[in-house]
Amino acid sequence: MAIIVVEVMLKPEILDPQGVAVGAALPRLGFTFAKSVRQGKRFEIRIDGQPTPQQMQEIEKAAATLLANPVIETYVVTVQA
Amino acid sequence: MKVGVITFPGTLDDRDALRAASAAGTTAISLWHNDADLKGVDAVILPGGFSYGDYLRCGAISRFAPVMEKVIDAAHGGMPLLGICNGFQVLCEAHLLPGALTRNKDLHFLCRDQKLVIENNATAWTSDYAKGQEIVIPLKNGEGSFQCDDKTLAALEEEGRIVARYVGENPNGSRNLIAGITNERGNIVGLMPHPEHAIETLTGPSADGLAFFTSVLKAMVK
Repeated sequence: MAIIVVEVMLKPEILDPQGVAVGAALPRLGFTFAKSVRQGKRFEIRIDGQPTPQQMQEIEKAAATLLANPVIETYVVTVQA
Repeated sequence: MKVGVITFPGTLDDRDALRAASAAGTTAISLWHNDADLKGVDAVILPGGFSYGDYLRCGAISRFAPVMEKVIDAAHGGMPLLGICNGFQVLCEAHLLPGALTRNKDLHFLCRDQKLVIENNATAWTSDYAKGQEIVIPLKNGEGSFQCDDKTLAALEEEGRIVARYVGENPNGSRNLIAGITNERGNIVGLMPHPEHAIETLTGPSADGLAFFTSVLKAMVK
């Protein structure tokens, strides 16, 4: 079994008020290291066996049409054994 | 003239949209997200709410509802299509309109009476307004901040495709105070505030919203 991981982030130019709010909360707890915070999403898709090249193409397509909105987001697909 | 209003699981404002369409003199038809056809309607409204619980992204799952295939085809053919609030989000996710609606700048859910200026009165949904007319209708959303890239923004401005802008302070961080936009043809309009909640003063802040629904009646008669 493999897990296909799709990580989705807002494009850098898109305002991320949730990330900003998290970034503002960190120093209140004494964590003063963060210059900025951006918040994203992670999808874990389990499949039987290792993904075939064709499945990887389909996952790319699914990421671009449903999991991410390419107008405002970018995504990265990786495979965990 | 029949106006269809689509109910998705989680839609809230379908009844008010149906009522507004009736009040404007059209025959309002209720459509279901799982319908395979549009029951012969001449125009469609995607109402506000939280379709599919706003899971994934607002409007992202509704876009693939069975009824949307027919809606998208008909809109490409020129059928008037209005997306209000969550409906606007669905239109952007369906790429019928450019850009996307993101979380309000201050993260608050806003619910207030909002002043807008109508900047394009040449669309199927705004012909009963005067260009530059100011109206007050409710704004209520958590993800109403209109975002797009610079090139798209410049095109929207140059082509006069900004239908309505917020007047006064920017409520949610929308680029260029955008409250609503249209496509090149002017048959598809997406609007964040809610004209269907402002069709009479008994229940709304004004009756300013009614003209969206009377406008489309005229567009259909033409």
